Amino acid sequence: MVLEIIQLTVYGIVLGSIISLGAIGLSLLYGILRFAHFAHGDVMTVGAYLALAGVTGLGLPIWAASALAVGGGVGLAVLIDQTLYRRLRRTAPVILLIASVGIALILRSLVQFVWGPDTQVYTQELQMPVRLLGIRLKPTQLQIVAGAVILVVILHLFLTRTRTGKAMRAMADNPELARIVGIDTELVVVWTWVIGAALAVAAGIFLGMDTRLQPTMGWHILLPVFAAAILGGIGKPYGAIVGGMVVGIASELSTMVFPPVYKPAVAFALMVVMLLVRPTGLFGAPR
Amino acid sequence: MDLFELFTFVVFFLSLVGIYGVLALGLNVQWGLTGLFNIGIAGFFAIGAYTSAILTTADSPGYVGGFGLPMAVGLLVGILLSGTIALLIGLITLNLREDYLAIATIGIAEIIRLVLKNEEWLTNGVRGIAGIPRPFAGWFDDPTGVTNLLVVALALVVVYAALERGRQSPWGRVMRAIREREIAVMAAGKNTVRFRLESFVLGSAIMGLAGGLYAHFFGFVSPEAFDPMYTTFLIWVMLIAGGSGNNRGALLGALVIWTIWAGTEYLTNAFAPPEYLTRAATVRMFLVGLLLEIILLTRPQGLLPESQFVTRREERRRRRSDISDGK
Amino acid sequence: MADVTQAGDAATVPKADPILRLCDVEKQFGGIRAVAACSFEIGRGTITGLIGPNGAGKSTLFNIISGFIAPTSGRILLDEDEITGLAPHVLFARGLVRTFQIPQEFQQLTVLDNLMLVPAGRSGESIVSSWFRWARVCDEETGIRDRAEEVLEFLQLTRLRDEFAGNLSGGQKKLLELGRTMMTDARLVLLDEPGAGVNPTLMKRLVADIRRLNRERGYTFCIIEHDMDLIAALCDPVIVMAEGAVLTAGSMAEIRRDPRVIEAYFGGSGQARGTRA
Ligand SMILES: Nc1ncnc2c1ncn2[C@@H]1O[C@H](COP(=O)(O)OP(=O)(O)O)[C@@H](O)[C@H]1O
Ligand SMILES: [Mg+2]
Repeated sequence: MVLEIIQLTVYGIVLGSIISLGAIGLSLLYGILRFAHFAHGDVMTVGAYLALAGVTGLGLPIWAASALAVGGGVGLAVLIDQTLYRRLRRTAPVILLIASVGIALILRSLVQFVWGPDTQVYTQELQMPVRLLGIRLKPTQLQIVAGAVILVVILHLFLTRTRTGKAMRAMADNPELARIVGIDTELVVVWTWVIGAALAVAAGIFLGMDTRLQPTMGWHILLPVFAAAILGGIGKPYGAIVGGMVVGIASELSTMVFPPVYKPAVAFALMVVMLLVRPTGLFGAPR
Repeated sequence: MDLFELFTFVVFFLSLVGIYGVLALGLNVQWGLTGLFNIGIAGFFAIGAYTSAILTTADSPGYVGGFGLPMAVGLLVGILLSGTIALLIGLITLNLREDYLAIATIGIAEIIRLVLKNEEWLTNGVRGIAGIPRPFAGWFDDPTGVTNLLVVALALVVVYAALERGRQSPWGRVMRAIREREIAVMAAGKNTVRFRLESFVLGSAIMGLAGGLYAHFFGFVSPEAFDPMYTTFLIWVMLIAGGSGNNRGALLGALVIWTIWAGTEYLTNAFAPPEYLTRAATVRMFLVGLLLEIILLTRPQGLLPESQFVTRREERRRRRSDISDGK
Repeated sequence: MADVTQAGDAATVPKADPILRLCDVEKQFGGIRAVAACSFEIGRGTITGLIGPNGAGKSTLFNIISGFIAPTSGRILLDEDEITGLAPHVLFARGLVRTFQIPQEFQQLTVLDNLMLVPAGRSGESIVSSWFRWARVCDEETGIRDRAEEVLEFLQLTRLRDEFAGNLSGGQKKLLELGRTMMTDARLVLLDEPGAGVNPTLMKRLVADIRRLNRERGYTFCIIEHDMDLIAALCDPVIVMAEGAVLTAGSMAEIRRDPRVIEAYFGGSGQARGTRA
């Protein structure tokens, strides 16, 4: 029983790492552009499939393919922002919301067109789980957590040590104030897309490594990612990490009681409770 | 024979346009009139469909059923149930930021999708529910489904008339005002949360009705039919293309987009080699997405823009009564 | 009922019959203290002025009184009933009406619709009665339309009846804001800078209109204003706020002589507008 809980918590940390990476970008974008980016899950999907192309098409090792995919995903996100979102920024934020739903659809049908609707994997090799003090853990899961930690450390250095990073945090917290202080908002916006897309691509690849690749994978994890961003408080990247962990661990632990297919429902329930009790997030000011 | 086939096809096509028209009208109440963002349309649609399906079918082994109730009861319960779920979501999210409602609607649609797929005792899982009675089935022979079309048309007319009446009433005026400046509506003493809640519940209930109509039209429901891709997004594109805020625009959008959607499907089915069929479907979806973005960039008001005047109707009536009073 | 004053209050409170009373109201925005320990009363039937340099916390105080933001602490009493934290629409139903410093007209509704939106408690605001009791809804609307047309007449805006409110000039929007408060049976009306952006001709009319409403309909007014001519013409008493707190209160003549007021206007940020005070 205790062992099972620990085991599930470990799985939860793996899932939470993936969700956190998605939620950080979503939260920053939400804070800075003031709209919920509904295509974020599908950016994850595109990233995962770009890496697949690197692995199966070019025969690259996964890490090299990932680097390629990050480049591709970032380029795509900035392109979409500059051609579409930027033109709509003056209108009501909900118009951006609709536009992003359309982008979600476009990205997903592209993926499905190129790679087909069937599930795919990065490698056919059997994963032999290692045992640590009675806990089973696949090597890919260790890689996922390690990768997420490295990315978060890089992000932390970026946000605290660079001018752009500091500006980004200030702007996510209070865009009006940042504009008055004289921050080059367009530049920060582009950087936010770079960071958000890069982390989303990484999250997509990790998700593909942990389970399998599917054109709807990103759309289906969007709900937990949103839940994490709301739990952590919109515009708070560090909150998103905690939110992601909470959602991931709670989802895995819930499988002791509910069928595993209902994991997204757990994320939703957490989000609803949060909205009821403290809409500003775990670390936000009370209402 | 050819003529009969054509007639059957037209009836089939118009029935679907009618059902999508009802969905688009439901979304128009929420988005067009009040500015509420619902991307869980498929969920409310599914609730209406499954409720009516479960309540009206004969007994079958393996899942709940055998109520064999009349279609009208099925539709009504479906409407009430989707309205109730909307009420719960609305109570939680409508006094928060507007995007939270959008996120919550995804959540509820996702959960409904999971329930449809996995709760076999209730929904028969992926196999779906068959044998849903057609309207007035057994009363007379109707090989073309024209009775069904009439039922759909009746529902559409009733919903349209009710919404037009609402839009032109003081209620509609408050809704438009809320969309423009909520704070000033509050200062005018209106409980804006209540108004938005009403609009959200009404729109979702209409979507539930559309679901019931759909179930009785096809006679069969399965989770696949309620994929968010094929309902939520299409309806959004229909409303935006037709002109959000304008009920006639919503109907026009349903007609135009469904013609494009079904027409391209017909073309690809006829001319594309079979191995490309699934790819052709994704290309169509891609194009629908692209169409949405192009409309947003170039003609955000849609084909039929929203009418600017709200008090005209009452004024017309007054003039009429002035005339009849001999003034 | 209104003249049953408690003995204890009568001793300490000079004004016999306050319609609104604030007790130690305070509001913090993050670290900023916008309103600090504010206590004052507004006498029934008066036109009370509320002045003070920019940033003194006047608008914030209006937002608190009208229920748009909750105070950090303190109590507000309307007719001796506590109303702290009640929602704006509840306060509206009790006869507390307000305007905004920046006009909040509905740009895409006509001037007439802007007014017709206001009255509460009618059946037409439920969609269900628009379905089943349309005749009654129309009758009510006709009554409301007549009232709106009277208000337009009163404000001399009749020729703009069918104009979209977004097309009005700043001064006309201010009048429209005032008109909205006339669409209901208000008792206490809070006007936030009704004279800002209004040209002198309109201004004269505004002064006359407010006085007439006060006299004929018995509205109590509380007016925030930077134009000291308007304040001098209309208001007695005048309350002066500075840095979130009440500095002093009294008649305009007393205020003019008060050195603290001059200090507040000239000492800190040196508001040019204060020269007329
Ligand atoms: N929503 C808010 N958030 C933070 N600070 C605010 C807010 N509203 C007002 N303030 C601050 O409160 C103080 C008082 O503002 P205000 O009431 O508008 O002054 P006045 O109307 O007397 O000119 C100002 O310093 C202003 O910056
Ligand atoms: Mg002010």
